[in-house]
Amino acid sequence: MLEEGLREAGYEDIHLVPPQGAFVARLERIAPDVVLMDLGSPSRDTLEEMLAVSRALAKPIAMFVDQSDEDMIGAAIDAGVSAYVVDGLRKDRVKPILDLAIRRFTAFSRMQTELEEAKTALAERRTIDRAKAILMESRSLSEADAYALLRTTAMNQGRRIAEVAEALITASSLLGGKM
Amino acid sequence: MTPISIAFLPLTDSAVLVAAREKGFAAEQGIDLNLVRSTSWATLRDRLVYGQVQAAHMLAPLAIAVTLGLSQHPAALAAPFKLNVNGNALTMSTAFAAALDPDLPRRIADPEATAHDFAAAIGLHFRKPIIGVVHRCSSHALMLRYWLAYAGVDPDRDVVLRVLPPSLMVEALRAGEIDGFIAGAPWASVAAAEGMGELVAVGARIWQRGVEKVLAFRTPWMDEHPELVDPLLVALSRAAAWCDNPANHEELAAILAGSFYVGQPAEFILPALTGRMIPRLGEPAVTIPDSLLFHREAAAFPWRSQALWIYSQFVRWKMVQPSAKAERLAADVFRSDVYRRALGKAGVPMPGASMKLEGALDAPRGVGAHRGALTLGPDRFFDGRVFDPHHVRDYLAELAGR
Repeated sequence: MLEEGLREAGYEDIHLVPPQGAFVARLERIAPDVVLMDLGSPSRDTLEEMLAVSRALAKPIAMFVDQSDEDMIGAAIDAGVSAYVVDGLRKDRVKPILDLAIRRFTAFSRMQTELEEAKTALAERRTIDRAKAILMESRSLSEADAYALLRTTAMNQGRRIAEVAEALITASSLLGGKM
Repeated sequence: MTPISIAFLPLTDSAVLVAAREKGFAAEQGIDLNLVRSTSWATLRDRLVYGQVQAAHMLAPLAIAVTLGLSQHPAALAAPFKLNVNGNALTMSTAFAAALDPDLPRRIADPEATAHDFAAAIGLHFRKPIIGVVHRCSSHALMLRYWLAYAGVDPDRDVVLRVLPPSLMVEALRAGEIDGFIAGAPWASVAAAEGMGELVAVGARIWQRGVEKVLAFRTPWMDEHPELVDPLLVALSRAAAWCDNPANHEELAAILAGSFYVGQPAEFILPALTGRMIPRLGEPAVTIPDSLLFHREAAAFPWRSQALWIYSQFVRWKMVQPSAKAERLAADVFRSDVYRRALGKAGVPMPGASMKLEGALDAPRGVGAHRGALTLGPDRFFDGRVFDPHHVRDYLAELAGR
């Protein structure tokens, strides 16, 4: 996703290096101007070690584009992206790369959050349906009445309907009811 | 409730922070403790340095390195509280360890002999051994270097030290990318349980009271917020006492096993807490005295002499140019004054001094304390050398002359 965006923006010499095994040696051979890395990657320490001791890269690398740009650093950390830039590469050339990376990473994490939310909603829907079925059978209620009972109970107890439904299913299974 | 965010790495020695949250010690002090899980020291450091969290569970040498400008963006950090003492273990592949003393309890109990055996084993191995360390500025790396150098091994020439996150060590060992690793708990136990490696040395035998993780703040933030820092340290001190109590070890291991914390089975976490570690798959457990300390003997007290020992090792391995300024900056990272201020009122036994000889105690000894009785445990280095914080240069000359 990031690679595509960078290519669209006119950067061509892009290498994807999975941070496993001998990735540091590969990086040294490529001798990149900029390294972008997921802030959540446990291999950041390995990369930084290379930057500290590498002879292949004459001048080690500074983290983030401009240490004085607190907003950008904050945005990068929020988005979960870290950038290592070869000292001497012009700032105005690096900034758009990092900007783009931040935008893409943010968009990606938003998508993931939305996906998680959709999954949770679906799971809750199923829980509520099961709880309704238990009520309909054990108390001979209509579906609408079963739902109304769940909702009223939730409101009275200040809890979410899904929580009440969950508790009902647990209680019913403990009492040996049909699930 | 005041919210405070603290970044941590999923390791057994995050126990005090986890207990402070899970067992209500933080809430008792009016603190809503938010723990932020991180997967690398670099990310934990960035979160602290750039203000995304107020404090962090940090390698003591890393806090000093950041202050001295040795790890990316320089920032003044302060450590008023140690989160633990000891806990590290050196694990090597079975192939490499075949050249060491096969009597596992004896091998672990005698780091002097094992260091010499290790030096010989290097020559017998099919390649220069590659040893995983968690960070160049880690207590683990410094301890390993100290131990190897004793037997005449130059850690920059005779072995390859490769930085890997602790969570990837066992996999790297399995893939043959490394021949061993030194890391905190629970990773030695995980490697042994999976038959991937065996115990070769433990931190508690190399330096009986080795500095490990500290609670690090940005110094300006810490100095501006005594109303938050003091109750936080009280909460952590009580949590540390709870963690040290053997009656709580099972419960602590179960809490740490949670996927948000260490995320490994409790049976791998318990050994470092109880000091009963399986050195190799199928072998009986060996007893490691004082394998991990949180509270007793004022374990949390940040002795300035310990910060200076770390500085001395940075100089020794040419990670920093020696200077009076760097020496003072390093010692000032350990803020025993803040510990005294925060915990003086809380009835915690308080050492009379803030510096001591490191490695001078053979046996437990009562020491001058402002409040209550305080006994310090044996703190010998395995080679019997004593570190005098007032004579760093002489100490380094002695080490170089070896």
